[in-house]
Amino acid sequence: MSDLIVNGQRYALDAQVGRSLASVLREDIGLIGTKIACNEGHCGACTVLLDGVPTLSCITLVHTVGEREVTTIEGLRDHPLVESFVRADALQCGFCTPGQIVSASALVEANPHPSREEVRHAMAGNICRCGAYPKIEEAVLTWQD
Amino acid sequence: MARLIRTEKEVEGNYTEQWIVVDEDPVAQWPSGPLEIVGRPLARVDGAERARGEAVYTADLQLPGMLHVAVLRSPHAHARVTQLDLARASEAPGVRAVLTPDDLDVLTREPGYPGAAIAAVAADTYDLAAEALELADIEWEVLQPLLDPDEAVQQGSLIDEPERYDRGNVEQGFAEADVVVETEYRTQTVLHNSMETHQSVCQWEGDLLNVYTSTQYIWGVRAETAAKLGLPEDKVRVVCHYMGGGFGAKNHPGEYTFIAAELAKRTGRPVRCALTRREENLTTGNRHATIQRLKVGAKADGTLTALVGDFVMAVGWRGFKSWTAGPMKMLYHCPNVSTVEYGAKVNTGPNAAFRAPGFVEGTFGLECLLDELAAKLEIDPLELRRRNHSDSDLVDDRPYSSKNLIECYRRAEPHWEKRDEVRARSNGPWKHGIGMASQIWFGAGGPPSYAWVRVGSDGRALVVTAMQDIGTGTKTAMAQIAAEELGLPVDRVQVSIGDSARGPYAAISAGSSTTPSMGPAVRAAAHDAARQIIEIAAQRYHKEERVLSLKGGNVVSADGGSWPIEEVTGLLDDAQILGKGARGPNPTGMRVLTFGVQVAEVAVDVETGEVRVDKIVAVHDVGRVINPLGASSQVEGGVIQGLGHTFSEDRLLDPNTGAVLNQTLDAYKMPTIADVPEIVTDLIDVPDEHLTNLGSKGLGEPPIIPTSAAVANAIRDATGADVRSLPISREEMLRALAEAKEKEKTREAPTAV
Ligand code: FES
Ligand code: FES
Repeated sequence: MSDLIVNGQRYALDAQVGRSLASVLREDIGLIGTKIACNEGHCGACTVLLDGVPTLSCITLVHTVGEREVTTIEGLRDHPLVESFVRADALQCGFCTPGQIVSASALVEANPHPSREEVRHAMAGNICRCGAYPKIEEAVLTWQD
Repeated sequence: MARLIRTEKEVEGNYTEQWIVVDEDPVAQWPSGPLEIVGRPLARVDGAERARGEAVYTADLQLPGMLHVAVLRSPHAHARVTQLDLARASEAPGVRAVLTPDDLDVLTREPGYPGAAIAAVAADTYDLAAEALELADIEWEVLQPLLDPDEAVQQGSLIDEPERYDRGNVEQGFAEADVVVETEYRTQTVLHNSMETHQSVCQWEGDLLNVYTSTQYIWGVRAETAAKLGLPEDKVRVVCHYMGGGFGAKNHPGEYTFIAAELAKRTGRPVRCALTRREENLTTGNRHATIQRLKVGAKADGTLTALVGDFVMAVGWRGFKSWTAGPMKMLYHCPNVSTVEYGAKVNTGPNAAFRAPGFVEGTFGLECLLDELAAKLEIDPLELRRRNHSDSDLVDDRPYSSKNLIECYRRAEPHWEKRDEVRARSNGPWKHGIGMASQIWFGAGGPPSYAWVRVGSDGRALVVTAMQDIGTGTKTAMAQIAAEELGLPVDRVQVSIGDSARGPYAAISAGSSTTPSMGPAVRAAAHDAARQIIEIAAQRYHKEERVLSLKGGNVVSADGGSWPIEEVTGLLDDAQILGKGARGPNPTGMRVLTFGVQVAEVAVDVETGEVRVDKIVAVHDVGRVINPLGASSQVEGGVIQGLGHTFSEDRLLDPNTGAVLNQTLDAYKMPTIADVPEIVTDLIDVPDEHLTNLGSKGLGEPPIIPTSAAVANAIRDATGADVRSLPISREEMLRALAEAKEKEKTREAPTAV
């Protein structure tokens, strides 16, 4: 049996082989901030960080995570992006939002002053059916304000 | 005293007469323009919990002992189940119960579309349920599907009676016309794809059924579920605190709710029935495709003399005809109009309301037709629309409660006037142009709707109403309205929604009706509470009530003196002030509608057929705006969905089998952040003086309505090509360009004498 490191906490991993990281986070650990909207790697709602790299947790087998640190939205609750998303009204129904913020956090970590084009490129894998995109762009561009 | 009155209720164009009880005096509207809190931008009050991943959506709910359902669905568009045996499935590991068509009437042995539900299994996990379904012993007789809507109409395969509408005399109208344009337009099938799929968790507590569900209409789910199960309505409790989008597809309980309720009953455990993304795109509804055969006649000066429309809609196996003829009947002052709408019953998934159903499609047809007419008449398209502006509603022969469409045109004008400048940007194969389209839609809301307001001795208020916030920001708007009326800072007002057992009846979140229905009820309840605070303060401080008002957290006296509200309410100890309010009636004898115009700026590569949208200007008249920040987000969201509808979204069918070819979010293309142009929002923000104590209309749907037509008209402006079908794929664009070239040639070629 191996462990799973999530938001700095170590959890004993007791999951059947074949289960996704998203399902273990949500169902076993109770971290429901990671959403599942397609469950097949097409929408970005389930984005988490693995050692800082944005990863689709719905198509990541939990047993392949190993010693890599998982960061979910729960681990980013104090990130300035949360506030900038709310301030800019970058969410409507909010179902895609945790995934958006996780993706954006990786972008601003690597590139604290992204251009508009860089934001659009980095965030294009996160679908928002409500179409909060203009405000998402604004939230990411103004994350340090 | 409670007064019983008869009034009119409208949801998305359906009018019904109803009795309502009004038991408070009407409150006068606030003055126009931004107030202390209402009319000023406010970040949504529930933004942080959604952004932080703390908000518990139906999809996130985990109840102890909860089982999960997998549904066996028809892979065939049209078939008969000749053999169905779930014996082996029911013995599979983890399986707790199974359902067949013998157990529940939402399951069928005669599927009429791919994805129709046949059987269901509840197991300890979803994977175990899905694995058990593999063991189902099922045989099919596959039948020929009927897929072509025109063919369906010819065969008489109709959802219901065709709907005919006539006013004036169109033959006479065409006889008076100097110019006639006749064209066919087509629109595609579009899938809602809310990010949270349709789902319910059902749990019995004795004879009470708890339904946790992702819904746009808590009270509708309660009524329909109670009716289906033969329960008194109070024995069904419906809960939806947060929901991940609906766009019209979540107005009803859905088969998944009934399946979960039945399996919960049989197992004595909570049961989740959640659709997968693929199931979502087979069975939960769609914007049905349309074929629109349209004809317009006009005088040389542009005055419309006749409009005729023949609309065929591919409704699906069930569903309803969207109001595709609506814009033709309602948008312009044309004395002679004749329309007929056919709902084709075909072997495809049932349709459902989708953000301005029918009007998105019908506006595409009508507004493209108008521009083709303008081109023929060589009249400026905006001028043509002004000339045919209607000052009253010709369908019902009623005055509008308010209409500021001319003002919308005026505000669009500076963008429209850049036409020459934009065209001049054309460079090589890239041609630039500007187009516009008008918008008309409902959005009055109506009674009944109720709210309670509770003020504690700490001077904090709680608004209670059992409505849902589907992502529109209604909860925030309600907080603003209550805070304004109570003179409290908005952070001292909380709003509790989402539970039919914890609050009074609230309107459906569809038809752009939540804010115009709920807002006046919340204001009335807050007014009732404010009145009581003033009565108490008057006695405490020996003032006349009429000199007291609530402002900035204080009770303020016009003749001097100001006391913090909590000082007054502090007298109460544990007692509370309770206010209640109801939505009053809509103005009688008037048509309450929303209006607007959008201007699109595009560039087209005439060699490759690539289209780029550079800008959309959206000007809408929806009465008073409660929260300009949330409103601009709504407009942007509508426009972006409109752009998806215009360019990329299209449910594709195998023409032989009727199988849906793009069920995944990979194959079904929705806009991403990289596809979004500059969007400029401009709302007229003038209260409708006849409508409720707020003067607010709905905003959810108007912004999606004119986008496709404005873009298509901009493409015509840039290239001379008449786009006639959605989505505007490369093929359609190249076809239209080739057709335009052909036309140009015949025009240039000298005609043989
Ligand atoms: S839920 Fe993982 S990508 Fe959609
Ligand atoms: S906010 Fe609803 S899907 Fe993005």
